[in-house]
Amino acid sequence: MTARAVVTGVGVVAPSGVGADAHWATVVAGTRRTGPITLFDPASYPTRIAGEVADFDPAGYVDARQRVQTDRWTHLGFAATRLALADAGLPEQAPDPCGWAVTLASSSGGNLFGQRELQRLWGGPTRTVGAYQSIAWFYAASVGQLSIHHQFKGPSGVLVAEAAGGLDSLAHAVRTVRRGTPVVIAGATECPLSPYALACQLRSGLLSDVADPELAYRPFDVAASGYVPAEGGAVFVVEELGHALARGARIYGEVTGWAATHDAAPTDPHAGPDPTHYARALRLALTRAGVRPHDVDMVWPDALGMPAHDRAEAAALRAVFGDRTPPVTTQKPLTGRAHQGGSALDAATALLAFRHNLLPASAGPEQPAEGCELGFLRAPRRPRSRIALVGARGFDGFNSALVLRGAAPPPPTD
Amino acid sequence: MTGRRTVVTGIGVVAPGGATRDRFWKSITEGRTATRRITFFDPTPFRSRIAAECDFDPDAAGITLAERQRADRYVQFALACSAEAVADSGLALTDAVRERAGVVLGTAVGGTMALEKEFVRVSDSGRRWLVDHTLGGPYLYQALIPSSLAADVACRHGLHGPAQVVSTGCTSGIDAIGYAHQLIADGEADVVLAGAADSPISPVTVASFDAIQATSPDNDDPEHASRPFDADRHGFVLAEGAAVLVLEEAGHARRRSAHVYCEVAGYAGRSNGFHMTGLRPDGVEMALAISDALRQARVAPGDVSYISAHGSGTRQNDRHETAAFKRALGPAAYRVPISSIKSMVGHSLGAIGSIEMAACALAIEYGVVPPTANWATRDPECDLDYVPNEARELPVDVALSVGSGFGGFQSAMLFRRLAATL
Repeated sequence: MTARAVVTGVGVVAPSGVGADAHWATVVAGTRRTGPITLFDPASYPTRIAGEVADFDPAGYVDARQRVQTDRWTHLGFAATRLALADAGLPEQAPDPCGWAVTLASSSGGNLFGQRELQRLWGGPTRTVGAYQSIAWFYAASVGQLSIHHQFKGPSGVLVAEAAGGLDSLAHAVRTVRRGTPVVIAGATECPLSPYALACQLRSGLLSDVADPELAYRPFDVAASGYVPAEGGAVFVVEELGHALARGARIYGEVTGWAATHDAAPTDPHAGPDPTHYARALRLALTRAGVRPHDVDMVWPDALGMPAHDRAEAAALRAVFGDRTPPVTTQKPLTGRAHQGGSALDAATALLAFRHNLLPASAGPEQPAEGCELGFLRAPRRPRSRIALVGARGFDGFNSALVLRGAAPPPPTD
Repeated sequence: MTGRRTVVTGIGVVAPGGATRDRFWKSITEGRTATRRITFFDPTPFRSRIAAECDFDPDAAGITLAERQRADRYVQFALACSAEAVADSGLALTDAVRERAGVVLGTAVGGTMALEKEFVRVSDSGRRWLVDHTLGGPYLYQALIPSSLAADVACRHGLHGPAQVVSTGCTSGIDAIGYAHQLIADGEADVVLAGAADSPISPVTVASFDAIQATSPDNDDPEHASRPFDADRHGFVLAEGAAVLVLEEAGHARRRSAHVYCEVAGYAGRSNGFHMTGLRPDGVEMALAISDALRQARVAPGDVSYISAHGSGTRQNDRHETAAFKRALGPAAYRVPISSIKSMVGHSLGAIGSIEMAACALAIEYGVVPPTANWATRDPECDLDYVPNEARELPVDVALSVGSGFGGFQSAMLFRRLAATL
């Protein structure tokens, strides 16, 4: 039970960039990367902008045979995993297969692949689908493919808690490390950007229909109008501390606390949830990490962008921290909200902030809405306690929280 | 890990041939098969036209009108099972209990049935790639995200502990119970409603398995089409269903003098790292999972009383699994009774792992192991005791169940009769 789990590799494949460095540059510059949807013609939909991974070339990460057998969501997962392994200084093939595992979150599976095959089945001349539909659409497709490609034979998992699951996958990686598997790949990528997946999301009532990408996704702002969907996410190498130290790995930080709760109430787009249970998740994660609320350096909130939900999140943070919350920062407006990939991406940003010894400024709100006046970080600053709290919420009541303790900063190099 | 043990105190089942726990148990211990020609849609265009369907009555199961509107069929199964399991456990869901009570449910394909039905409408029967979103139903987002399964069960019972969906394909049902067991062991919850649900009997699923010839084409004799371990087996029979268990920290159960079916004594998973659908005949990774589960439970191979096999009835699975049992258990593999209830209730993908765990708990409770139906001809590569065709009365102290699925996932779980001293 005493085994400690640290993050030694971060792989980002997101609208903010491919690779942790590209993502970090976008975060620091505060550059918005959402824009008109190009994966299909969005003209007939009220939401026409999204966060896409621009110029993503799967051929750089996935061989030709696997490419045709898998969805874009899995391509993104392959890329993020390979980047994370390289970042951690680990080989592509697990040298000790049963000691390596993979647990990712996935909230909607292989949407583009699945829609193409549904169309073939119902609109084509024969009532058939292709041979790969059975392995490309379902939620476990990416984890299965990754376990085969990289020889991850340890206890693997696929988690679904809508947007909250990216954090749950890191928590589960720690459970798995503590039970004797020294290397666990965790995190999430998503690709909910097919016409049908967008049609499904539109029914949630949470998507922004503001046409100007600059103004569409503005969490905690007086002009909040819902969120902009996105693809991509982040994948991590979570490693048992002794294993990481023995090989001289560079450590980003330790996963020291986590918690999940449920509202037991469905999401109403226009009425905010009772903040009680989200606040309890945040508090439980801090308690498990042995951290007092006022020792938290930085908070990455869920930042849904619906007024009532933003107010509820602010109320939850005040319930935990009192009226003076720690600095709050969100970069979700830059990328859009990539569901479980989005919460994983926030955890990546937090770890990169400690690595670069810089807490990044928040991308908004320009004018906080009433009830949302939190301590948004307006200018970057140096970390102090190096403790981050990341919160995430999932549709229909999921709440997750993660506490990350950043490793000491590397000595200045130039 | 912390001395916290997990016990099973309630069981709910919706299965083909029995839409409640007791009917399910009666049906499978009588050796009755519930496989038939598909009735949900016209299966004529497909290679495999058979399935094990549930005769599920949402009214009788207490599904509310609002739940019926929101929830796809597989979620309704889970709602029914969870209510039955909670009632069976006698657990009073007080505010204090609900705060530390979670929901962990598995599903392989989630809302596929609703997604396909809605797709046909919004795409004008597959004519439009740019679907007409205005034609979609109000709960289309719930169909897209399988997390709805755990959310709706948490909402029904007002549970505020950790909620999660585990979706590792056909091992989801074991893995969800395993995840819940870890939450209890680590002190993250005291009670978890754990299980799995799937309702995949829909044209796209049938076509998907047709395309790789995984399902049985024995359309002329549906009742005998699911033939695990038989020399004359031709693939699995698609099914639907659900099971939910009330898992409880042992001390929590003891303090309220709850009836305990058994304890979760071991759980392990391995991936074969080989192929998305193919299995190497040696069964190495499944054997590793079994050995790990036995090690956690400190159970010797010879002390396993019963094995609930994955036994899907495909050529490769039954051979692979037989090899895994021999590899993990040694000579004891030849003595332990092994059966596959998929011979009767079919293969409900992610759900079946939980249904089989329910069967294991009931086998321990009643001292009866269900048979492998439709067994007629010995396969030289499947030469163990598969409890052919008739249930067997025997004391079951330790029940092992295994699952194997697309993606290469191999899972093993051990249930054990609780020692009187605990």
